[in-house]
Amino acid sequence: MSDAHPERHWSESFGATAASRAGEPAWLEAARKSAIARFVELGFPTRSHEEWKYTNPAPIAKVAWTSAATAPVSRAALDALGLPLTEGPHLVFVNGRLAMELSSVAGLEPAATLRSYRQMLASEPAAIETHLARTEPFDDRAFAALARAFATDGAFVRIPRDYVLERPIWLVFLSAPGAEPGASHPRFTVVAEPSSRATIYEVHATIGAGGHLASALTEIRVGENAQVDHVKLQLEGEGAIHLGHGALHIGRNARASSTLVSLGASIARHDIVALLDGPGAECVLEGLYVTSDGQHVDCRTTVDHRQPHGSSRELFKGVLSGKSRGIFNGRVIVRPGAQKTDAQQKNENLLLSLGAEADSQPQLEIEADDVKCSHGSTIGQLEEDAIFYLRSRGIGEAEAAAMLTRGFAAQICDRVASAAFREHIEALVLARLFARELPA
Amino acid sequence: MTTPMLEIRDLHATAGETLILKGIDLVIQPGEVHAVMGPNGSGKSTLANVLAGKPGYEIVSGSVRFEGRDLAGLAPEQRAREGIFLAFQYPVEIPGVSNMYFLKQAVNAVRAHRGIEELDAMEFLQLVREKMKLVEMSDALMQRSLNEGFSGGEKKRNEILQMALLDPKLAVLDETDSGLDIDALRVVADGVNALRSPTRSMLVITHYQRLLDHIVPDFVHVLSGGRIVRSGNKGLALELEEKGYGWLQQAGEAGAQRAEGERSSIRAEATTG
Repeated sequence: MSDAHPERHWSESFGATAASRAGEPAWLEAARKSAIARFVELGFPTRSHEEWKYTNPAPIAKVAWTSAATAPVSRAALDALGLPLTEGPHLVFVNGRLAMELSSVAGLEPAATLRSYRQMLASEPAAIETHLARTEPFDDRAFAALARAFATDGAFVRIPRDYVLERPIWLVFLSAPGAEPGASHPRFTVVAEPSSRATIYEVHATIGAGGHLASALTEIRVGENAQVDHVKLQLEGEGAIHLGHGALHIGRNARASSTLVSLGASIARHDIVALLDGPGAECVLEGLYVTSDGQHVDCRTTVDHRQPHGSSRELFKGVLSGKSRGIFNGRVIVRPGAQKTDAQQKNENLLLSLGAEADSQPQLEIEADDVKCSHGSTIGQLEEDAIFYLRSRGIGEAEAAAMLTRGFAAQICDRVASAAFREHIEALVLARLFARELPA
Repeated sequence: MTTPMLEIRDLHATAGETLILKGIDLVIQPGEVHAVMGPNGSGKSTLANVLAGKPGYEIVSGSVRFEGRDLAGLAPEQRAREGIFLAFQYPVEIPGVSNMYFLKQAVNAVRAHRGIEELDAMEFLQLVREKMKLVEMSDALMQRSLNEGFSGGEKKRNEILQMALLDPKLAVLDETDSGLDIDALRVVADGVNALRSPTRSMLVITHYQRLLDHIVPDFVHVLSGGRIVRSGNKGLALELEEKGYGWLQQAGEAGAQRAEGERSSIRAEATTG
């Protein structure tokens, strides 16, 4: 395919797959068409875009991706991921399509909604029209436009006013690579109505081997006085490219936490935008990225304080080893009138090898005068004094380094409320840390 | 004659590029408690770090023998497993590693080396509960990250708890009294005294005499300019308290020359008397 105009491949592909969208409501096709037009207008990103300075999109551009075909994934393959799905209702998607046989809504409060977009289109399309057609806050992101144009399905979650969901809701997006390089566009929408409370666990994984592109577009809307705790675990396989766009809309006196654990894929990019839309909104954004040889992860966060009395706490931690790279770009915006905002941002990176590279860029844009904002970033190695302290107690050098590294990551893992999920994540992190050489 | 617990001969050692210890001689027999006092910069902490094997501290000449074995080239974890314990002046805070988990790993590493069966979680809990009483440690401190946000007193009590759990043959206490109020000092000192035994030796490093009111040493040595310039019994500590360290500068080189002979005669006196 032509490197000069890679967007053409996608627009042609959009035209060629029109038949697969037959039967969709006219408003949805209109939204898709406007999305592909927007994508062409924005153009395929290149390194000359400021947003893509640190992550070269050329490896994505040069592949002739096709829409990932339906593929069977067995229960055993899902179970092998070790996710404690029995803790709550779960929808499992394979290559962007709902896998009914792997999903279960058992244990869901009857008043709550957990359905696929397609099920919603059949039963109450009006309830999702505004959500699927919305372009904010990713209107200027080319890959979000692609997800709006191409997404085959997605999950819709609604928690009614005043309801507290005891069990987490799991949204699992699996990619099963085929012979052709396949692209899928996982989507979900969570609507937490006023004074409701829910926990959402989002997982992206690869079943089998091979490269694939997962370009996700997700949205969590937290109504007045509601609370949503969200965890995203990305553990896709080698050769995978993960492009995530996650939006949080946080209303008046509402609380949202979003914890990212990014372990997999060869290239992973997480574009997270939190919009503090109501006065007194609270937001906690956390992330842990662990990379080894050949991996590249790019976390971009925007915390947009639009109303007064909001607070945000942001902590992203990178553990980088082998020849790998981790990038954190954290933008905090305090709009005029968002007085009494209290925003804190921190990025800490631990380099475990000489070939590992970390970039950390805080960006504060403060347009109100009565605010508290702080940011800080560190890039360093394991502290020699700490290693000596552990060794002086009889703990071997490699074990001391492992203990310190695990301790560094624990601060993020500890955010996961489900003990079973937290232990699973810790085990995955450990497996990745121990699979590689520790510094001598 | 028994093998000394610790035998330091003409030790010259550097911290980084700088020669700090310039000829230390010190012999500690099993069960003895020795105090090393001295002004800031005299080399007290360097001596502690050299004994524990901290990277960056090099022996350039002379020797350090522990139970007759040369310590040169022995890694810090090997020294700890063999039975040397350093109570840190500034215990390191380690976020994300629980105190309990750390203690269990340390105890089992040492036990494995000594050929004793490792403890499971329940057995360890029993052991730690028993030792916690020594230094009045709370359960809450056990569940927290190692030393993170601990007060000065809590950190020092945690050091003594580690000493009690690891059951060393030689404990080096580096400025254990620094940053402690009188109540915390008493708790820490009581913990240390409970661990005194005919088979355990201690080297108590301190700037101030007050710690030695609580942990009464068998011998006191004064370190100045990287040498032991005077040795004596606990009366020497009181003398220092009265006179301060000013006289050391006046004593100067002469003191250093005299030190070795004096130390030997005092030892003779102490063992015969």
